[in-house]
Amino acid sequence: MDINRRQFLSHATAGGAAATAAVIAAPEPAQALQRAPHPRKPEALGLLYDSTLCVGCKACVAGCKEANDRPVEIYPDQESWNPGLWDTGKGLSAKTMNVILAYRDGSMEVKDRETDGFAFIKRQCLHCVDPSCVSCCPVSAMIKDEVTGIVYNDADRCIGCRYCVYGCPFGVPKYDLEAAVTGKIHKCELCRHRLAENRLPGCVETCPTGATLFGRVEDLMLEAKRRLVLRPGDVYTYPRGDLNGRVGPDTPPHDKVIEAAYLPEIYGDRVLGGTQTFVLSAVPFDRLGLPHGNVPNHSYATETEGIQHFMYKGMIAPTVALVALAALAYRSSRQHREDDDNASDADEGGR
Amino acid sequence: MTTTHARPAPVGGRIITPFFVFLCVIMGAAGIVLIQRFVFGLGASTHLSDGYPWGIWISIDLIIGTAFGCGGLVVAWLAYIFNKGEYSPLMRAALMTSLFGYALGGAAVMIDLGRWWQGYNIMLPWLWNPRSVMLETALCIMVYIVVLMFEFSPSVFERFKMRETKQRMMKIMFIFTGLGCLLPMMHQSSMGTIVILLGYKLSPLWQSNLLTLYFLITAFTMGYAVVCFESIMAGVGLKRPIEMPLLSKIAGVMLWIMVIFVTLRFVDLTATEAWPLAFAGGIESASFWIEMLAAVGAIALLAPIGNRSQVRPLFLASVLMLTNGFLYRLNCYLIGFNPGEHYSYFPSIGEVLVTLGIIAVHVAGYLVLVRLLPVLPAVGRAKPLPAAAVAASH
Ligand code: SF4
Ligand code: SF4
Repeated sequence: MDINRRQFLSHATAGGAAATAAVIAAPEPAQALQRAPHPRKPEALGLLYDSTLCVGCKACVAGCKEANDRPVEIYPDQESWNPGLWDTGKGLSAKTMNVILAYRDGSMEVKDRETDGFAFIKRQCLHCVDPSCVSCCPVSAMIKDEVTGIVYNDADRCIGCRYCVYGCPFGVPKYDLEAAVTGKIHKCELCRHRLAENRLPGCVETCPTGATLFGRVEDLMLEAKRRLVLRPGDVYTYPRGDLNGRVGPDTPPHDKVIEAAYLPEIYGDRVLGGTQTFVLSAVPFDRLGLPHGNVPNHSYATETEGIQHFMYKGMIAPTVALVALAALAYRSSRQHREDDDNASDADEGGR
Repeated sequence: MTTTHARPAPVGGRIITPFFVFLCVIMGAAGIVLIQRFVFGLGASTHLSDGYPWGIWISIDLIIGTAFGCGGLVVAWLAYIFNKGEYSPLMRAALMTSLFGYALGGAAVMIDLGRWWQGYNIMLPWLWNPRSVMLETALCIMVYIVVLMFEFSPSVFERFKMRETKQRMMKIMFIFTGLGCLLPMMHQSSMGTIVILLGYKLSPLWQSNLLTLYFLITAFTMGYAVVCFESIMAGVGLKRPIEMPLLSKIAGVMLWIMVIFVTLRFVDLTATEAWPLAFAGGIESASFWIEMLAAVGAIALLAPIGNRSQVRPLFLASVLMLTNGFLYRLNCYLIGFNPGEHYSYFPSIGEVLVTLGIIAVHVAGYLVLVRLLPVLPAVGRAKPLPAAAVAASH
């Protein structure tokens, strides 16, 4: 097991996608103090991203920028050849809350193949069922909506400590470091401002293939399960936009022949306590850069909160400790003070 | 009996020395960086990135700086909880260092806060998130800074001959002493819980269910080591006798705590099968081994009982323990942290200058206050003291 973990880590540090997949044993056992995991919310909303449908057009990236009023991303080393026409972000940032990344291997001949192939992956907030960012924020500025389960940031509360940036296991929230004084946290909020107007999230509305599908999490899960039984050669009718056709414009479905076999796993079903955004893929998830294999099926927040709860529940233990310590201090301070008084009296006398 | 120990007195002497001027220059440079940070933002003054949201201002100035400020904690435990009055001569200097360490750690947080203008939000109970380990840590540190001020206040009252006030203060001091023994244990251990949340992003060499305990232990080891280090430095630098008998007794305690720490780490790393990473090469492995060797070195130096009463081995051991604690915490917060996706971090000159500036404030503040306030135990008749100081102490 440790060999595999080491392999995984060396891949992760090398950042390369050019070695064997690390197959890692079952998640580590939970620690004793762990709190119970949060359950899924019945009316939760989310996305289903099907990597095998994605053609890498990045319309969703542009759609997200437009829906959320974010500028194009041009890194300093791209300025010479990119005068501002292309959005060339290579990861999530304060400017880019949704990004399509490419997995490439060898000769990159076949789509959705691990060796000598390529694939796409959409990165954004997964709206965790039991989010670390909500657990760790000291001022309740990361909020998980009671009904929809959408995780959003309230900048009026946020103090900019960036613990959520540090703690999110998916590397999602980003603090706008470039802003002089008005920096804030930027992350996907599932376009809740658009949903309020019965419009689809920017990325879903622009996706031409239905690779990014919007819907109730329960429905999305069923849809994902339907796809997992498909075999190469089968024809499937893929919906687009809102799975139930309630939000946004009516977008007709399309038929497609399955080319690459789906991996038999719905990413986001259980990983790290589960998420409201699922991923289906033919290429192993860790090769696409998603934490997989080296992470447990519970949120890390269940561990930290368990310890926290154990020590500070109702502040009983600290109060008892304080009374005991103060009593001991009182005992010795009486002796010390007697010494002290004697000594100062002596001083007084001597003066 | 414990009644005969020397009473604290101001050291006296010149404040403006070339060394002091040097410290002021560093502070000035740090001040310029601070202007840059508050006018042009964090991105302009630091090498923080989307992958590394926390740099050395958090890991060194806060997480390590407050551990350097744990002298007040450990001496208070010895002097007041275990009721070993003979340790009280070390008390005031330890409290003062703690006050500096914590106040400056708090200042570093304010500098680092992105949305500092609404930093007061953390004091609004209706925004509190009780599940946040950081909330507990932050509030606890803020209260502790106030507690330290009360704990240290008798020195100030003495200096200004406020005898009545001091007496009244001493009557309720046990409350502050109790808090002073408890609060640092709470937030120092929480600093370990904070990085448990990092999960797989923290290398298995440091990620552990016992992080909470390890941070508590390193608070004590670094606290002890700082007291030792400082007493010896003050002895040599200010040409005073060193409180050797006390230090050597503490050394025995240090030894055992270090042995427990290293043993736990060893068992833990074995149980989680993390050892291969120690031999994987690279900066993580290197930092791991320096951290470990420093711990083993300190144990080896402190094990022979004769060493503990000699200045040189004791000094070296305390330096090694500080190195161990420093690296352990840096590894947990920065070096062992791997956000992936090609991110890398090395502090900017500005970040380093601010950190140096904070250390300079600490050292300069120490030098000024020990000369002006009754902090260090009075020294026989070895050195003529200024009139004011003599009047205050004798
Ligand atoms: S992916 Fe990250 S930012 Fe999104 S809900 Fe989960 S922890 Fe929070
Ligand atoms: S940066 Fe803001 S939202 Fe994130 S943890 Fe800190 S206060 Fe909360």
